[in-house]
Amino acid sequence: MQKIPSHTKARHFGMVIDVDKCTGCASCMVACYSENNVSFRDEESAKMLSLNWIMVYKLTNGESFPDTEVCYLPQPCMHCDGKEFGKPPCVSVCPAVATDFDWPTGIVSQIYTRCFGCRYCMAACPYHARQFNWWDPVWPADMEKYLSPNVSARTRGVVEKCSFCYHRFQLARQKAYHEGRPEEIGEDEYQTACTQACPSGAITFGDLDNPEHEVYKLKQDRYAFRLLERLNTNPSVYYISKRKWVHRMADNYLEGEVPAAFAENEA
Amino acid sequence: MKIDRRCFLSLAGGLVVGHLLSPVPWKMTDDIAIWSQNWPWTPVPEDGPVRWKETVCTLCPGGCGVRVRTIRDRVVKIEGKEDHPVNRGSLCPLGYSSIQYLYGPSRVTTPMKRTGERGSGEFEPIGWDAAITEVTRKLGELRQNGKSHKTAVIAGDDRGTVPYLFKRFLEAYGSPNFIRTPSGRDAHETAAYLAQGKSAQNVGFDLENAKYILSFGCGLLDGCGAPGYQFAAYSNFGEDHKLVQVEPRLSNTAARAEKWLPAKPGTEAALALSMASVIIDRGLHNRNFISNHAFGFEDFTDDNGNMHKGFRSLVSEYTPSKAAEITGIDARRIESVAVEFARSDKPVAICGYYESRNTADIDKTLAVHALNALVGNINQAGGMFVFPEPDYDLPEVQKDNAASAGTEKPRADLAGSDQYPQSRYLLNLLPKRILEARNNDLPVEALLVVDANPVYTLEESEKVQEAFEKIPFIVSFSSFMDETAKMADIILPDHHFLEGSRDVPAPAGVGMPVEGFSVPVVDPQYDTRNVGDTIIDIAQEMGGSIGSSFPWDDYGDFLEKALSDRYRDLTRNGYIVNRDRVSGISDAFETDSGSYEFYPTRRHTADNGDTDKLPAYREIEIPGSNTNNAVALVAYQSPRIASGAVANPPFMTKTIDSKTLKEDKLFIQINPETARNLNLKQGDEAVIETPAGKATVRIDLFEGIMPGLAAMPAGLGHTAYSRFIAGKGVNVNALLRALPDPAYGMNTAWGIRAQLTKA
Ligand code: SF4
Ligand code: SF4
Ligand code: SF4
Repeated sequence: MQKIPSHTKARHFGMVIDVDKCTGCASCMVACYSENNVSFRDEESAKMLSLNWIMVYKLTNGESFPDTEVCYLPQPCMHCDGKEFGKPPCVSVCPAVATDFDWPTGIVSQIYTRCFGCRYCMAACPYHARQFNWWDPVWPADMEKYLSPNVSARTRGVVEKCSFCYHRFQLARQKAYHEGRPEEIGEDEYQTACTQACPSGAITFGDLDNPEHEVYKLKQDRYAFRLLERLNTNPSVYYISKRKWVHRMADNYLEGEVPAAFAENEA
Repeated sequence: MKIDRRCFLSLAGGLVVGHLLSPVPWKMTDDIAIWSQNWPWTPVPEDGPVRWKETVCTLCPGGCGVRVRTIRDRVVKIEGKEDHPVNRGSLCPLGYSSIQYLYGPSRVTTPMKRTGERGSGEFEPIGWDAAITEVTRKLGELRQNGKSHKTAVIAGDDRGTVPYLFKRFLEAYGSPNFIRTPSGRDAHETAAYLAQGKSAQNVGFDLENAKYILSFGCGLLDGCGAPGYQFAAYSNFGEDHKLVQVEPRLSNTAARAEKWLPAKPGTEAALALSMASVIIDRGLHNRNFISNHAFGFEDFTDDNGNMHKGFRSLVSEYTPSKAAEITGIDARRIESVAVEFARSDKPVAICGYYESRNTADIDKTLAVHALNALVGNINQAGGMFVFPEPDYDLPEVQKDNAASAGTEKPRADLAGSDQYPQSRYLLNLLPKRILEARNNDLPVEALLVVDANPVYTLEESEKVQEAFEKIPFIVSFSSFMDETAKMADIILPDHHFLEGSRDVPAPAGVGMPVEGFSVPVVDPQYDTRNVGDTIIDIAQEMGGSIGSSFPWDDYGDFLEKALSDRYRDLTRNGYIVNRDRVSGISDAFETDSGSYEFYPTRRHTADNGDTDKLPAYREIEIPGSNTNNAVALVAYQSPRIASGAVANPPFMTKTIDSKTLKEDKLFIQINPETARNLNLKQGDEAVIETPAGKATVRIDLFEGIMPGLAAMPAGLGHTAYSRFIAGKGVNVNALLRALPDPAYGMNTAWGIRAQLTKA
């Protein structure tokens, strides 16, 4: 089935995150809240109830002092391609077509006005990338003033998640269109808020299929891996780490089993 | 066919009432469908033309350049400014969150006057004129009674035009009591004075060009110093860059360092001196610098014929094996790091204050500065810089007799007294002095607080609070209802940095004489005034020589005159780099010897004798008793928790993981080994008690912390601001107690002994 209109250039946006570079500062998280009108409450410590489109997890190698190592793993929505291309786990289960795979970009969308809150997608997502609005958002005093008009505020009863800042893609596309180059969007013209915010340069974003883009090269790094790769969700988010224990944490390895990037060394 | 929600609901309605001919149910169903998508309580932000504006963030002393996305008169997003020399596009989470302080429930929206008990938080709005009259009347009364010296100013900084105006005010009014809040700057400033003869200057480290950063506990990636500057340097690290972190806890900085040296807390001086001994032993020091610009490197005889030990002899006592015993770091590692450091093309040694931002270990700082001198990197690219702030060419302050008499009086905080002659500010001593004063002789009777929140940030918060309760008149200039503002009699709220103009002095620790300038990007949202205008108004209303010392129309007029030829560039570019303020090596040192003094002849020692001038490792006996279930409590910084004068905004609190803060309970990190000894498990509730206070916490087992320590994040446990900020966890400052250096009065306690017991 032809899913991409013939006049649209196919892209496949994705991310490569250097875990060895990430400091765990959470600038990406905060930039994302601000960019995407993510609401907050006075109690946020129950993380299953807290709205975060990108979460930065702390990983520890478990060795005792002073051989301990710590890494931070930023995790947005993986924008999975699915086992069958175009069928991410969350999309397949949505009865309302509220979440969909966008063929021209590879971005998994979330349409709040369609979502009626059954939360099947949350159950289907192996990455906990989705969160449910259990409450109506409140912006106390006049905090409402800082909301961006580019992203709609959500209501109680809908699921939300990372969109790869899709509105930024739309703005870049509009601009390109107005400038008479409808299909030419430069690598730096469309960058997500978290990528841009990362003060360590740990996140790289771009078209995974475009050999000119940085991510194209990085995803082929010897130490690149994806989370729960063996579930065949085909995430569009890659990670790089030279630490074997980090690779081990990214999937369910059996004892003694060696992550792919290190298999050669140990053979 | 497309089925949207509207059709869907109509169809559903149709199944039930389809046989009815009446249009009413159809209409109703349609209305419900429309209503379901138009939640009146969900805001629809107004769209409009986007304009990006640029300014400088001043929420912390980091001074990052920011670009601000505005839509009509609203600020919707803050980002890092790519071409600002401090942060080069980087920005910390606090900078990104700063919109949550522009708007929101924490702001003081109009001048306020206290109505309830002090500290009750009960205020009533009072107009600007009435508020200023009230302040001038109180200050005037004191002055009339010959007590002008009992007015003090507590400020977050002493550089820049706003602190300048406050200092100028005190001088014209008649008080010596301008007090800067304690920070990592105290020790660096003192060390630069002792070793380089530079008085009250900036000490910074050129991390942008350094290749080998040897950090003695500086939380470079944990939010200390100038976070944006440090992040930017880190993001440009290549293969040939190395970061070595000395710290007893695997902090974010240590986790990202090439090497982590978990030295026992308080032993950093021994480690630094031992590394110096390795460098000298192997002849890796910069001979050119040592022979031309150093004093006291070798043993020497002074004019009176007394022999003195030089730096070389001193450090020879700190062999790696001896240092290994003291610090717990393997001798071979000490040697290899020392050698790598000295052989590096651009090495720099820095130190900071993971344990508490308020401490000042002069010996450690002198030892770390000496490492830089050994490799000859003073005022060299990639090295350590010492430079003065730009001064202002302004008319002399006019002083009447009262002013002259008042400014001659001794300071309330004992800085500059016979006991602490070389210290400039000792805020940590003030609360005790107030509490111990007999009622009719308080050292401070009127207090103005600007850009500071001492009630929260000083050790032993409870005592500080008690001391503040005794001060008869407190004025706060805070934009936010912080803990100190809550204690005030009058609040004269300043603008948020996005609403006003202000110069921004070189950020803490930045190795470059940069000066920034912030400009308004939106109109003031509330009835606030630039604090510069407020203090000028107060001075002018006081009249006489005070008023005539402030001959400016307003703060804008003053800024233009004070910044004179820099004004245009500053307002146009948002910053300037005053390269000419860094002296070349030939005139870098203003000591008596004209050299870098490894043996700081000026150093004041407690016995005021000639001994102990050289930096040395002196064991610090932290407060508290060492009983069975004692741990040493240290504060740690996290980039996700703002621990300075400005509290953690809701966005940042949202990023805190549930092993740090859960259901408003704070976790302390201890090593599993410590936990076993104390019979504690992950998540347990426990009571931690120190000589300063007591709190209920939860336990987080973390392998990356030295056994015997307990680490608590700084920056939580606020009691003011708003419900989104207050009541989360514990304020670690409330559990700490300062231990004054016998010769300098600054706090030297890296931690405190605490009893940790299962609740
Ligand atoms: S990460 Fe989860 S929400 Fe995102 S595309 Fe994959 S399954 Fe869907
Ligand atoms: S902003 Fe960058 S360094 Fe900070 S937590 Fe996110 S990915 Fe990591
Ligand atoms: S580091 Fe400081 S100055 Fe820079 S953005 Fe953060 S709060 Fe603002």
